[in-house]
Amino acid sequence: MKRIHVGHVTEIGEKRSRVVRVGALEIAMFKLSDGSIKAIENRCPHKAGKLSEGIVCDHHVFCPLHDWKIDLHNGVVQAPDEGCVASFRVEKDEASGELYVHIEEEKILAS
Amino acid sequence: MKKKIVLVGNGMAGVSCIEQLLKLAPNRYEITIFGSEPHPNYNRILLSSVLAGDAGMNDIVMNDWSWYEEHNITLHTGHTVTHIDKERKTVRTDMGITAEYDELILATGSLPFMLPLPGADKEGVIAFRDIKDCKAMMEAAKTYKKAVVIGGGLLGLEAARGLLNLHMDVSVVHINEYLMNLQLDRTASHMLQLELEKQGMKFLLKKNTETILGKKRVSGLRFTDGSEVEADLVVMAVGIRPNVALAKSSGIAINRGIVVNDYLETSVPGIYSIGECAEHRGVAYGLVAPLYEQGAVLAKRLAGVETAGYQGSVVSTKLKVSGVDVFSAGEYADKPETRAVRVQDDFEGIYKKVVIRDGKIIGAVLFGDISDGSRLFAMIRNGEDVTGKEKTVLLGESGTPAKSGAELIAAMSDDEVVCGCNGVSKGAIVQAIQEKGCSSVGEIKACTKASASCGGCKPLVADVLTYVLGAEGVKTVKEGMCGCTPLGRDEVVESIRSMRLTTSKEVMNVLEWSNPEGCSKCRPALNYYLGMVWPEEHADERESRFVNERNHANIQKDGTYSVVPRMYGGVTTPKDLKRIAEIAEKYEVPLVKMTGGQRIDLLGIKKEDLPGMWADLDMPSGYAYGKSLRTVKTCVGSTFCRFGTQDAMGMGIQLEKKFERLNTPAKVKMAVSGCPRNCAEATIKDFGVVAIDGGWELHIGGNGGTKLRGTDLLCKVKTEEEVLEWSGAFLQYYRETGKYNERTAEWIERIGLEQVKAALAAKEDRDALNGRIDKTLDLMKDPWKEIIEQQELRQTFVPMEEQSAESII
Repeated sequence: MKRIHVGHVTEIGEKRSRVVRVGALEIAMFKLSDGSIKAIENRCPHKAGKLSEGIVCDHHVFCPLHDWKIDLHNGVVQAPDEGCVASFRVEKDEASGELYVHIEEEKILAS
Repeated sequence: MKKKIVLVGNGMAGVSCIEQLLKLAPNRYEITIFGSEPHPNYNRILLSSVLAGDAGMNDIVMNDWSWYEEHNITLHTGHTVTHIDKERKTVRTDMGITAEYDELILATGSLPFMLPLPGADKEGVIAFRDIKDCKAMMEAAKTYKKAVVIGGGLLGLEAARGLLNLHMDVSVVHINEYLMNLQLDRTASHMLQLELEKQGMKFLLKKNTETILGKKRVSGLRFTDGSEVEADLVVMAVGIRPNVALAKSSGIAINRGIVVNDYLETSVPGIYSIGECAEHRGVAYGLVAPLYEQGAVLAKRLAGVETAGYQGSVVSTKLKVSGVDVFSAGEYADKPETRAVRVQDDFEGIYKKVVIRDGKIIGAVLFGDISDGSRLFAMIRNGEDVTGKEKTVLLGESGTPAKSGAELIAAMSDDEVVCGCNGVSKGAIVQAIQEKGCSSVGEIKACTKASASCGGCKPLVADVLTYVLGAEGVKTVKEGMCGCTPLGRDEVVESIRSMRLTTSKEVMNVLEWSNPEGCSKCRPALNYYLGMVWPEEHADERESRFVNERNHANIQKDGTYSVVPRMYGGVTTPKDLKRIAEIAEKYEVPLVKMTGGQRIDLLGIKKEDLPGMWADLDMPSGYAYGKSLRTVKTCVGSTFCRFGTQDAMGMGIQLEKKFERLNTPAKVKMAVSGCPRNCAEATIKDFGVVAIDGGWELHIGGNGGTKLRGTDLLCKVKTEEEVLEWSGAFLQYYRETGKYNERTAEWIERIGLEQVKAALAAKEDRDALNGRIDKTLDLMKDPWKEIIEQQELRQTFVPMEEQSAESII
């Protein structure tokens, strides 16, 4: 497991997303309206749409290509569609606001 | 004491009759059903889907075990009734069970016709009739490779297609020169053959099988011409014959089938027959629709409901082979006394023929496009006279009064598919309405999935509702903006105005949205409505904008973007062209293309390159991505053209400069033509201007896209100032009354041309509308410039950077 420093909490707008590239892996970091940060792979399981560009509603994002709805807590695709996106644990340093993502090494290599 | 009904045959015909009877007279009879197969009632028609892998065995069960229990029906499966005692009124099965009856229904169906060929008893020679045969084929496909189907009719081709899906090498042997010769004419048959050959099916036509070869198991076939073909599996699908053995041994009159009158009564009182085993007026049917009709008549008879009796059926045929659309109905063959209207298109693979005799349509064959099937079938059944308008039958409705939707539905058989995406039949929808109480299109969608995919069948589903419930019974459920609220567009906009709501969050809180932060449908819509009502007070909510309007470029399927700079009226200069060319080279743009709106599209741009590219271009955004004014297409007009009556380019440039960046409910396209030849195609635009000698015609509500719609003429004006005045008033009226995502073509159909004309008729109304649109336009800034200049906006276009070394934990 790798813990990677990816930036500061202020770099992401509310209900918006920024992209982080770790090796070949592209991660979309989302800031929800409660200030929490979520991280999932930036690739819709349907047609590989950039989820970072989707509209964020509470803890869901809608893929910009064909409107698939994905739960940002766990990457699970919502009905009536099916599937799952890889999700990653985000650690926020409450004092400094620095963000870290935890990624299994195989994930980085495999991507 | 209740009277007793015994049904012999647990198939589609008999059980559907019982279903009807239970509806008409729920408690009148004690019902016992005998079936030879060890299954509850299943949809035999769908066996080909099971074989094709589109459905599982359980998917085709129509009435499961619990249905029989719920209705207190005694069911004996795996029992074949072998004896009827007419005097004592009892039946007896091969397993020794006896049952008494007051009324006896024989629905013994049919048997596959097995050719009496030498070797027909070898292993690997089967029919295609029931679940057992289906399983045998699936089993054979695991071990064997070569399959031969004898019979190039409906059943044979469906079996062959199923075997192809099971990865077998399939040849179809047919005695005739043409496939499906009982349903198709030669042209359609030939087209069908070509299509199936493309799918990998092989054909041995004009072949008559002489012997089935092999030792214990089949190894091949020999034909009467001496040729042979190898086979590990032989499926006989040459036809069916009514199963009359029981009736015959019981002394009931038979011909080809069990002879029945219009009330489905056999020669013996108290004994009825329906389905494939019955022969009515000399015809034994082998398709499902007539069986249902017979069942319905008999159910009425048994329930004591008056009925005119069964009058025979006109049948239609559809081949259930994926990728091949074939329809045939009535008398399709050309005869000396018939004439036909034909359409044949070898490019699209479409063939349509309607056969007419004495002014009436008596038959039809459709290949490739069967969308006319239901309509034509209804016309055949109704014996409609088409004298004098024969051509319109196939070539368009002009002149013929259109049939009402409910009338068309009435003519459809129950198994006819309404929703092609999800395979939902008319019968299934009717059932959902009658048994589950569905009374709106939405409820039917939730219950059956009909219209849940492409939605193309929605009008048809609505027609089924009207047909079953009558116009008054249909609930028109108010469809909210989206799943988050039952409120429609007008109520939401009214609340925004009256309660002075200025943010999406307020709207969702006050109007009690079910999802606290909305969804991808309502969020962009609310952002638009708020900006339209409160141009100054509402701060645009970037996070509610669709990606294209947030990034001011058009996202492509691979996540890259396209960039289209503004090119007013489609007029450019060598200097601008050079700059675009240089930038295309600098950023190694993969594709440079002219758009349909007379400008240049640079495609395949990485998101992080967008701001830099815009800065280098130093041109305004063309808004080729937005719900906004796109382009004003122009012809050269009087500037160069010898026919031009006005300065079309000048007019177009003025319009584009005035309305660029305007937010609208959906995209808006304009055009200006310099003369009535209309080279700028202004009459399929949202707002089209056509120059005439001494003035301009203003056209509205056109669309060249999803649904082609020609414009309506709004008015004629004399000066360029008036063109600007009317166009401004029109656009603002559309902005204030249109639903988000609703193009002017749909909008004008919804609210009516007269309403639009009335709203714009008075000069003071137009001035007020222009006052409001000008206020909005004054606030608009070029978005590319804005992003280039503001660091925090620009930052969102690049990935975050990893700032420290990775630590392994």
